[in-house]
This record gives sequence, structure tokens and C-alpha cells, in this order.
Amino acid sequence: MISDNAKKQIDDWIAKYPQGRQSSAVMEALKIVQAENANQLSHDSIQAVADYLNMPGIAAAEVATFYENYNHQPVGKHIIRFCHNISCMLNGSDDLIAHLETKLGVKTGEVTKDGLISVKKVECLGACVGAPMFQIGDQYYENLTTDKIDDIVDGLK
Amino acid sequence: MNEVCFKNLDKDQCWSLETYEASGGYSTWRKIIKGEYTPDEIINELKISGLRGRGGAGFPTGLKWSFMPRNAQGQKYIVCNSDEGEPGTCKDRDILRFNPHAVIEGMAIGSYVMDATVGYNYIRGEFMEPIKRFEGALKEAYAAGLLGKNINGSEVSFDLYSHLGAGAYICGEETALLESIEGKKGQPRFKPPFPANVGLFGKPTTINNTESFASVPDIMQNGGQWFADLGVENSGGTKLFSVSGHINNPANYEVSMGMPFSELLTLAGGMRNGAKLKAVIPGGSSTPVLTAEAAMAMTMDYDGIDKAGSMLGAGSVIIMDDSTCMVEVLTRLAHFYYDESCGQCTPCREGTGWLYRVLKRIMDGKGKADDIDLLLGVQEKIMGNTICALGDAAAMPVESFLRNFREEFEYFIEHKKSMVKG
Repeated sequence: MISDNAKKQIDDWIAKYPQGRQSSAVMEALKIVQAENANQLSHDSIQAVADYLNMPGIAAAEVATFYENYNHQPVGKHIIRFCHNISCMLNGSDDLIAHLETKLGVKTGEVTKDGLISVKKVECLGACVGAPMFQIGDQYYENLTTDKIDDIVDGLK
Repeated sequence: MNEVCFKNLDKDQCWSLETYEASGGYSTWRKIIKGEYTPDEIINELKISGLRGRGGAGFPTGLKWSFMPRNAQGQKYIVCNSDEGEPGTCKDRDILRFNPHAVIEGMAIGSYVMDATVGYNYIRGEFMEPIKRFEGALKEAYAAGLLGKNINGSEVSFDLYSHLGAGAYICGEETALLESIEGKKGQPRFKPPFPANVGLFGKPTTINNTESFASVPDIMQNGGQWFADLGVENSGGTKLFSVSGHINNPANYEVSMGMPFSELLTLAGGMRNGAKLKAVIPGGSSTPVLTAEAAMAMTMDYDGIDKAGSMLGAGSVIIMDDSTCMVEVLTRLAHFYYDESCGQCTPCREGTGWLYRVLKRIMDGKGKADDIDLLLGVQEKIMGNTICALGDAAAMPVESFLRNFREEFEYFIEHKKSMVKG
């Protein structure tokens, strides 16, 4: 259920915490397993993480459902996480989100038919001086315009 | 400008160990390793500096460090709060990207003062670029023999790790953050006991904000008095202000405490398109909104913003021009707290939902005549009745928006449309 590569990464995280406190690594372990499973966490993979960290399944499930960045429904290969909070809103994020939805033919929360992209409205991502902005993978894209969005989205493969 | 956390901002590779050391970085830490400082000397210097917690609460850092039972047996921890996520706030992101070694040295100095040989920097999980910079700086510091056990054969040990968030604003609350490091839901703990007595893994722990830690090395290098003199009474030093919204040059500005707001506005290029200033949220979304008149008369320091009727918070200045519909802004903020409430305390869990739903129905043209009283009643019932400050943070904007811009809410309810946008 958990690949050897994932186990190795999880072990690196466990090493940061005191002996017997391996459950501190649960947040990262869930991220690592999610990344290997089409960006999604199943009940079985949450249980596998719990077993690996020697913690109750329900404790791992609590973490997996409390935090925003775990997905329990199918998502696109790329998730566009669009900030719609105050600084972005003041800079026109609502219109840009509408533009993105029209361009992709999906609403926020949905996945494009080819499974490539999903769009999610998120709360503040902490880049307010670069508003409006969104995140794809590891990357923040700031000072967005409709043209910039078109370029970025057209480049996703 | 740019005298402390941002002092190397214009240099090439400003985040590198080489740049940091060239401007005196790690000189205090090296002295500590050589045994040239006592913990009390450092605490004293911090007290003179007037440094107050930069995460929002403004608690004096020197005093906080003195609360740790340094001589208690057993493991103690030092934790940095880089879980930046309050709408309007984005300064710690830049400190981590552009001056990560100052955070490391500040934490190292604190670890020595409080005899906490292990530290964690809790960085919000979305901050991949800052995380890579911080991790890179950690590697450099270890490779240079500045971190680890018995550094340079001394008695001094400090191991530092990052811990990454996974999307929860509440983890910026210090006890929720500790729960999160322990691999649990980020739900705040009752205080007391305070973290200085029962903190991470049940051990004495001190938590400070990124900017607070990053200010410590320069305070030690130049002296507490130097830092205090950069600012004004009760607000020593400089402060990073994240200026966003309807402004020509949105950015993080490191300026002296006590700068008039009007000067900061000019520094940030003035109002976009020459529009008229309507409102300012001076310290992040949790702090009360101010009218243009109140803001223009204010100075940017703890007392100055307090006098104007708000709080310095994290220094997150959101600028709004006269095209802004205040009903729309408050609704968006209410949604944020509704979304981010951890659900532990009933007044916050239920109250934030009520605030959002009532505001949403006003926005949808379905507001009722007594909705304003309802909103005021709900915020009053949240205020002061929850374990942590998120409840208050959700309540305060509601009260201040309704106090300062009540006519816009009344108009929206009566005419079923925005007074500003039509």
C-alpha cells in the first residue's frame, strides 16, 4: 500500500521527532502517500499511513479531514488553487475565477473532462502584495491577469 | 527603511550564508558558542530593545523568554510560528525567502537563552518556495558547523527542523500549532497551563513569530538601545508592513515604528488611479476596520493604531478605495472565519456560520430589517467566549464594519443592492 520510496521519505520525517513520537510525521506521510495516488487519499491509504506510524486509524483520519490540503474526491492532475480572500478580491479575483471557469468549462470544485485540471477557491495563501494570485503545485503565480492566466493554463500538460 | 529583517534585500543571493555572514550574521551565535554571553545578558538586551511579538499579540519578547524555566530538568523546545495565513499578511513569507539565516540565528540565540536544544519551524505547507529556502539555509548552517550537538566542542547544542502545515489558519494559534506538530488536528488548548510550562510533547516550550526571531540577531549585534531608537516609545524597532489592496505599489515595507500612516501610503505609491481612500484594515483581517479619516490621523505603532481604534496585529495594511462595497468585504471575511473555525467551541463554530449566512443573505438581496441587530448580537455572543482568539477575530471586524459603515448595510437590506456598486 505504501511504496518503498514513500516509506523512505516518511522515515526522513520521523527522524525529526523524538523517539516514540512518529505520529508527528502523519501530516507529511499523508501528503507523500496522496502524491503517489493521483493526489487523492482513500480510506485504505489513510489506514496504511496510520499502521505505518503505529497510530489509531481514526487519529490519522481526523488529520486527513481537518486540514485543507488532503483530497478525498477525484482532482485534476494539476490543481489550481485560486485565492479569493480580501486582497485578491479587491484586485478582481472574482472576475478572474469566472474567466478561468469559462475557459476550462468547469466550475470551482470540478475537474476538466480530460482529468488534467481542477479549480478550487481557497482562503488566503499569504501572498497578498502579489494579488490576485493562485497556486499550482509548488508554484505561486502572482499579479494575475486574464492574459497571464491563459498563458499559464495553456502551458499545463 | 530596510534596516533589520530586510537589510540585505538589495544584495545578490541575499538568502545565502555568505551574504548573511558578510553583514555580521551569526556573530552573536559564535560568541554564545565561545561562552561569551550569559542568558540574562541576552534577555536584558531584548528588554531594552522593546521588541514585541510580531505575530499579532505584541507581547514583549524578552519577558516571554524570561518565563521559560531554563533550569528545569529535561527537554525543552523552541518553536517558530511561520504559519502565516491571516488575510492581508505575507511578511514572513518574504523573511523566509530573503533572510532565512536570521530566523535560524534568532532561534539559535533563543534556544541558548531558554536551554531548549531542539527547535521546530512550523511553516505553512503552501509556502513551497520559502520552505526550500529555509531548508537550504538549514543545510548551509549544519555544513558550516553552526548547528548540531556540542557545536565546536562546546556545551552548546541546537538541532532545528522544519514542520510543514497542511492548510489550516487555526494552526497559527500557538497551542493549535503545538497540537499540529504532535500530529493531531489543530485545535487550541486551554491555557493555563501555558506552553512555557506544558508545551510541545508536554515539555516547556516557547513559540515566537518569524519576524520576532529574525529581529533578534541585529538587536544583539547593535544593542537593544539601537533597536529601541529605531522606533518610538512602547514600539521599539522597525516593523514589516504588508501593504495590499487598492494601492499603486503593493509590497512589504520595513519601516520605523511610529511612521505616520499617510507616509506609508505615499511610500507604497499612493492610491491606485488616484482614487479616494475609503477604509483601512491596519493589522490583518482580524483587526477593526478604520475610516479614511481615522487612518490618515494615525501613526504606525502599537499605541498609535490603538488610539485610532484598531490594532497593529501583524502589520497587514489593507487599503480600500471608494469603489469598495463594505458589505461585500465583510461577507468575504466572515466566510474566511466560518471556513477556518476549528469547531471546538460552540460560540465560534455556530456563530461564524451565522455571521456568514446572514451577511450572504443580505448580499443576495434577502436581508431583513433586523439583520444588523442579529449580526451585532451574534458577534457579541462569540466575543470573549471561546478558548482561542479566532472567535474574537471573527467578531471584531463585524462590530467595526457596522459601526463605521452601517449606512451601507442598511442601504443593501432596504434596496437589495450595493450602495456603492449598484
